[in-house]
Amino acid sequence: MNRWLMKLSLALVALGFVSGAQAVEIQHWTTDEGARVYFYPAHSIPMLDVRVVFDAGSARDKRSGTAAMTQGLLDMGAGEWDANAIAEQLESVGAQLGGSVGRDSAALSLRSLTDESRLDAALTVFTKVLSQPTFPQADFEREQARLIQALRQQKQQPGAQVGKAYYRALYGDHPYAAPSSGDEESVSLIRRVHLFHFHKRYYVANNAVIALVGDVDRARAEAVAARISSQLREGEAAPELPEVVAPSASQQRIEMDTQQSHILMGLPAVRRGGPDYYALYVGNHIFGGSGFAARLMQRIREDRGLAYSVYSRLSPMSELGPFTMGMQTRNEQREEAIDLLRSNLREFIQEGPTEEELQKSLDNIIGSEALRTDKNAELVRYLAMIGFYELPLDYLDTFSDKVREVSRDDVKAAWQRHIDPDNLVQVVVGASVEAAPEKAPTSEAPQ
Amino acid sequence: MPQKRVFLFGWLALAFAASVLTACQPQSSERQSSADSASPRLSVADSAPPADQVAPGDVYEYRLDNGLLVLVKVDRRAPVAVNQVWYRVGSSYEHNGITGVSHVLEHMMFKETDTLAPGEFSEIVSRYGGEQNAFTNRDYTAYFQTIAVEHLPRMFELEADRMRNLKLSPEEFKKELEVVKEERIWRTEDKPTGLAYERFMATVYMNSPYHHPVIGWMEDLNSLTLEDAADWYQRWYAPNRAIVVVVGDVDPRTVFEQVEAAFGDYEAVDLAPPKPQQETPQRGQRRVRVHGRTEQPHLYLGWKVPSLATVATEDEWQVFALDVMASVLDSGASSRFPRELVRENRIAQSAGTSYNITSRLRSTFMLSGAPAGENTLEELEEAMLSHIKRLQTELVGEDELARVKSQVLAQDVYQKDSMFYQGMVMGMLEANGIGYERADEYVDRIQAVTAEQIQQVAKIYFSDQTMTAAELLPQTDGQDKTSQEGAL
Repeated sequence: MNRWLMKLSLALVALGFVSGAQAVEIQHWTTDEGARVYFYPAHSIPMLDVRVVFDAGSARDKRSGTAAMTQGLLDMGAGEWDANAIAEQLESVGAQLGGSVGRDSAALSLRSLTDESRLDAALTVFTKVLSQPTFPQADFEREQARLIQALRQQKQQPGAQVGKAYYRALYGDHPYAAPSSGDEESVSLIRRVHLFHFHKRYYVANNAVIALVGDVDRARAEAVAARISSQLREGEAAPELPEVVAPSASQQRIEMDTQQSHILMGLPAVRRGGPDYYALYVGNHIFGGSGFAARLMQRIREDRGLAYSVYSRLSPMSELGPFTMGMQTRNEQREEAIDLLRSNLREFIQEGPTEEELQKSLDNIIGSEALRTDKNAELVRYLAMIGFYELPLDYLDTFSDKVREVSRDDVKAAWQRHIDPDNLVQVVVGASVEAAPEKAPTSEAPQ
Repeated sequence: MPQKRVFLFGWLALAFAASVLTACQPQSSERQSSADSASPRLSVADSAPPADQVAPGDVYEYRLDNGLLVLVKVDRRAPVAVNQVWYRVGSSYEHNGITGVSHVLEHMMFKETDTLAPGEFSEIVSRYGGEQNAFTNRDYTAYFQTIAVEHLPRMFELEADRMRNLKLSPEEFKKELEVVKEERIWRTEDKPTGLAYERFMATVYMNSPYHHPVIGWMEDLNSLTLEDAADWYQRWYAPNRAIVVVVGDVDPRTVFEQVEAAFGDYEAVDLAPPKPQQETPQRGQRRVRVHGRTEQPHLYLGWKVPSLATVATEDEWQVFALDVMASVLDSGASSRFPRELVRENRIAQSAGTSYNITSRLRSTFMLSGAPAGENTLEELEEAMLSHIKRLQTELVGEDELARVKSQVLAQDVYQKDSMFYQGMVMGMLEANGIGYERADEYVDRIQAVTAEQIQQVAKIYFSDQTMTAAELLPQTDGQDKTSQEGAL
């Protein structure tokens, strides 16, 4: 249990950023089978990070949860090996297998020492897990049951519930609406054959990005990429996702017997690599995306003591990802908090940031350049992101320059174009408050 | 399960978890670290070689006249440094009635000083492009910034300022206490496993300060005063209670001079060391039930075991054997809990172990998990205990042991990827009275652990009579909506 927490804690410490103090010259090529490779040599530590990303996120699900189960079961059996054999081989050379599934993509990552025999052993397992999973029936049934049990448990977790309901309200019929984990009903409909089909269609070279960071030279990096890629079917890239249809304003509250209400509100607003990204980014940094320095934190936590956590966030995705404001506060303060979030957003969009606020944010973003690339673990994620969303290779190096060009008017104009404060989707999970009459209608379905 | 677990091995594998707020551990009598002893004073020049002779990876130490210890480790991968200021105070220094005061004070440290307005500290760090935060644990409180190296001197000045010049105003205190209560609701009141873990620790420990949660009991927070925080600040925030740890692209001599310039004028404060508060021996099994807003039951089993800070030198092998024992049970997909309890026997939805080898006071070896499907907590408990029994009666296989050791060796390399982590290890070992210079021992000590030693510690420390169990159960009809517990 603590080890999980440890992982989360470190993740919080390693706040993600973009750009680099020294030039980060990313090398890029395509394998014979069509996988796009992104490589950055980092020689100070004898280790290699590999991250393979497929356009195989839950947006590709026919039955919600298929992408998650496919990725989750890769290491339960591959080729002639069962889960124990896979785990034993990796652990005996100290290699670590990781990964994640989101709406856009599914990733599998490997960290290994770079001495010849250890890296070779680790890659042998890694490539087989990616290319020849067997999804054994017994493991499938058990993992399906575990997933359903976990999803049932999440129904009692306000943080999990508010997030799921929020995406459903934001995205309606779009594939982004469903949670990447699936839900109880949809997961129970998944059969083993669906995993084979999903894997066969999407875990293919033409649908893959391979990111490499570590202590190997170009020749060795090419060999590693070729080894991974050559085991994959060539296949085809996944088709474009449908465009997001903007939802109309809605409010709903989900009853849960908690002391605090979890609040999310926002709207689809930003594509990765889309127009106005830098102006939206800088604006969000000022408004609610920079911790203690941000307006929301200052006005809602520091000035009023209403919340421990209050923020705004941009989540750029392949199609329009959300701009989101979020906080947790005691149920009795809920309406006050919601009013504050809304009025602050309205003010920010009408007036934009002050010159001083802009300057402070630019100072922070530009001044923290060197912090963003000081860890291989972070770099490999950036490379994978650059590859997956086909951002320019100099994305990290030019980030500060692009940010520097952003003016107050740019921020204001971009926010006015992309964020309509009268059109927010709002979801609250929390208990009803008896004393104070509520202004917001309860349990009003979205749309 | 979209997120795959990646396990961590090493000094902090289990310690940092608690650290951000709610879990970690402490020690029987605080081994007074060198900060409080009168060691001969070395000059800056004697404390580190000239810049061109500094070895990356080595640790350089310097102590100011006022007792402040400065540790510097060089990492030249990026023009960045991590600055961490550690204070030897945390919830295990608190007594009933003021629990949570260390953490509340940590929050207040971001407010006013004699020369800075509320929030100005954070604003300055932000404008320099820095990241910053702080964490409170049972045994320590630490503040940190990650920043471009040229701004380090300013960070030292800011930290020195708030070490002695904090201004605690009633208005800011009142607001911040509400923020902390919101934090407690979020971490604990509204999270059944958080509540259950808190009750578990309060049952494992009767008189040890590990009894109370890092964030404090809500009832204590409700009556905490500005004076409580001010007293706490006066008492513990002194140069001879602190450690400055810097990791990054720096020259140690320069850092020593900069720290001396910033902190050198402060006087050491005369302090009585905390009372040992050794836990009274357990005289029989303890069990507590917690009813919460959940359908998923959860189990916690714990035994009190030594940490490196509390164990006698000749018994030090025991803590490393306990550490390996924890990994044999739960350290990767091939270890026993995930393999047998989750995959093969399907008894557990989840199952894990936790043991903090570095706590200041005696530590807890914990097993925890949730039953799968229709399995009951009793069945899960029986299965987990059968694994303890097996460790007591059968030697761990050579293959299993070798896998754990390989992973420890590899992680020792991987951890060099994080300057923050390297700083954490030094700061925590020093704060807990173990000594930063022992950081490099870990890998060798783990490699030396034998199957026989694991069997021995399993026999010494794990008995029915010294076990504590906590069960998280769903609410039953007619129960108050707020969680409550009752003895069996």
